Amino acid sequence: MIQIKDLHKSYHMGSNSLHVLKGINFTVEEGELVSIMGSSGSGKSTLLNIIGMLDEADKGSYTLDGVVIKDLNEKIAAKYRNQFLGFVFQSFNLINYKSALDNVSMPMYYQGLKRKERTDRAMHYLEKVGLADWHHHLPSELSGGQKQRVAIARALASEPKVLLADEPTGALDSTTSYEVMELIQQINDEGKTILIVTHEDDIAHMTKRIVNLKDGVIIKDENVNQVKAKAHV
Amino acid sequence: MFNKERWNEILEALNANKFRTFLTAFGVFWGITILVLLLALTNGLKNGVTADFGDFATNSMFMWTQGTTKPYKGLPKGRYFNYKIDDVEAIKAEVPNLKYVSPRNQLGGFRGNNNAVRGTKTGAFEIYGDYPEFIKQQPMDILQGRFISYSDINAKRKVCVIGVDVIKGLYDKDEDPLGTYIKINGVNFMVVGTFKMANSQGDNEQDANTIYIPFTTFGQAFNRGDRVGWMAITANDEVSITALKQQVFDLMKSRHKVHPDDERAIGHFDLSEQFERISGLFSILTIVGYFVGILVLASGIIGINNIMLIVVKERTKEIGIRRALGATPGMIKGQILQESLILTILSGMMGVSFAALVIWVMNAILDNAGPVENFANPSVGMQVVFVALIILIVSGLLAGLIPASRATKMKPVDALRTE
Ligand SMILES: Nc1ncnc2c1ncn2[C@@H]1O[C@H](COP(=O)(O)OP(=O)(O)O)[C@@H](O)[C@H]1O
Ligand SMILES: [Mg+2]
Repeated sequence: MIQIKDLHKSYHMGSNSLHVLKGINFTVEEGELVSIMGSSGSGKSTLLNIIGMLDEADKGSYTLDGVVIKDLNEKIAAKYRNQFLGFVFQSFNLINYKSALDNVSMPMYYQGLKRKERTDRAMHYLEKVGLADWHHHLPSELSGGQKQRVAIARALASEPKVLLADEPTGALDSTTSYEVMELIQQINDEGKTILIVTHEDDIAHMTKRIVNLKDGVIIKDENVNQVKAKAHV
Repeated sequence: MFNKERWNEILEALNANKFRTFLTAFGVFWGITILVLLLALTNGLKNGVTADFGDFATNSMFMWTQGTTKPYKGLPKGRYFNYKIDDVEAIKAEVPNLKYVSPRNQLGGFRGNNNAVRGTKTGAFEIYGDYPEFIKQQPMDILQGRFISYSDINAKRKVCVIGVDVIKGLYDKDEDPLGTYIKINGVNFMVVGTFKMANSQGDNEQDANTIYIPFTTFGQAFNRGDRVGWMAITANDEVSITALKQQVFDLMKSRHKVHPDDERAIGHFDLSEQFERISGLFSILTIVGYFVGILVLASGIIGINNIMLIVVKERTKEIGIRRALGATPGMIKGQILQESLILTILSGMMGVSFAALVIWVMNAILDNAGPVENFANPSVGMQVVFVALIILIVSGLLAGLIPASRATKMKPVDALRTE
């Protein structure tokens, strides 16, 4: 599903430059649930953003579902993001003046689906994350866990190939974190490929594979025995 | 371009900050209000001033005689002369492109003595001797009967056509004037028609205070012979009377032994020239109206531009989210442009409506308070609304252009990172 070879990325600030990714090699198969771990500032988000086509690498190759991602213009990048990827962010990133239902509908709006179909599908995914009854609520009327579940519903709504989550539990208490992880595991069990960035060990162990980043390279990449989140809830 | 989905998106976004939307809209609202009001006031002024021209055919001049100021062919200066009825024939025959040449004579006038009697009632009216063509130069609505005809002219019939104010002065309420007789300076005339001024408004009382009789009858009854008091000459539509009048003057000078360079011997009033002058003035006023209005509007547009820039900046993160979800830069730009367009057009149309309300109130007050000098019926036509709409669309797009391109400058990842 994802092939990355010798990926480099540096940030330039004035005369300083910061080499964040120093040759990442990494492959993800369909249906995997992978966590990317590392200390703060190790480049986890940078890597995920490049995979998410929100940012560009300086060097190296990246193939997503057989499509070579290179020198994309913004229009095509937007289309690929819309078709291939679903995003879940640490700070939820819901649009605060839209209801849960409308937030979930948004990616489908950009896909050009008709309103009726969007609403049906959005309701379906809200049901899946257990928030069908909350569909008309604004984000400000939802708890953190609920917001993240709306965000997950939104990420799923465009039926992407890969779900990318940057510290999805970073802003949640542990009980709520496990609920969110349970949902993520369930979605993975249904076959979706998922990448999670986290620095929390327990969250990482709820995935099937842990990739460790340090100083811009992968220092460890191993399959683990998945801990079911349900056990903790 | 404006499907329902986008429409909802935009209204939602504008609704998200009502107060700011309102403030922004106010600038454009105010600008377009000023623009429309200025144009309406210009129009009111124009209507008021051109009302003074009445609706006499504008491509016309009036021509009369004055004393000569140069001796010529043995004749002294300071000599008076009169046009004769055969001068009219000569002008018609020798000057091309004239539509009507009407000789006229007049009795009475503004604050004249009583000159018409009917039974016990008397009145002071303007009495004109005219040809049938005159009604084509000075439009009037015949209410009953007819205007003067050529058979009246040829038979020198003692008939008259009277204005509504004459009826008021000489008749009881439900008397039928047709067929009755009026004694004018001792001569009896039968009423064959009544009229009122065509689309009369404002200060045309004088005109409806008028009695028309056949020119030939006038000459005979009031001892004018074949003398002509003055002429009302109208040129064909495609030629200006101003361009033709010198030919008429030259012809008259040669027929009356007036020195060709004697400019004072023939008096005239060129309606067309005056009208052109006034229209020119009002074209300038209209341009000034547009200019000032557009300047005021421009500040409103700069306001929208600024607010949209702030909106874009404030919504950087939202724009980042939308792009992460698959919005292309074109979609984002389109939305910003449409938001600014809708904001501009909505507030502009409210301005147009508000201005229309003010104009309506102004007209209502004018109607109640009676006519005001040089000001009548301030109004704007549909074409002004149309022009305003076009200005609004263009300015809405202009106002949104910079913010729209600013909105997608940032990489999505940077947009998402902003707080
Ligand atoms: N846009 C940027 N400009 C400059 N430096 C950046 C930028 N984004 C990230 N960095 C730096 O790159 C490093 C890696 O950042 P990041 O990928 O966000 O780390 P992580 O998510 O692992 O905490 C950090 O030192 C961070 O300060
Ligand atoms: Mg990070």
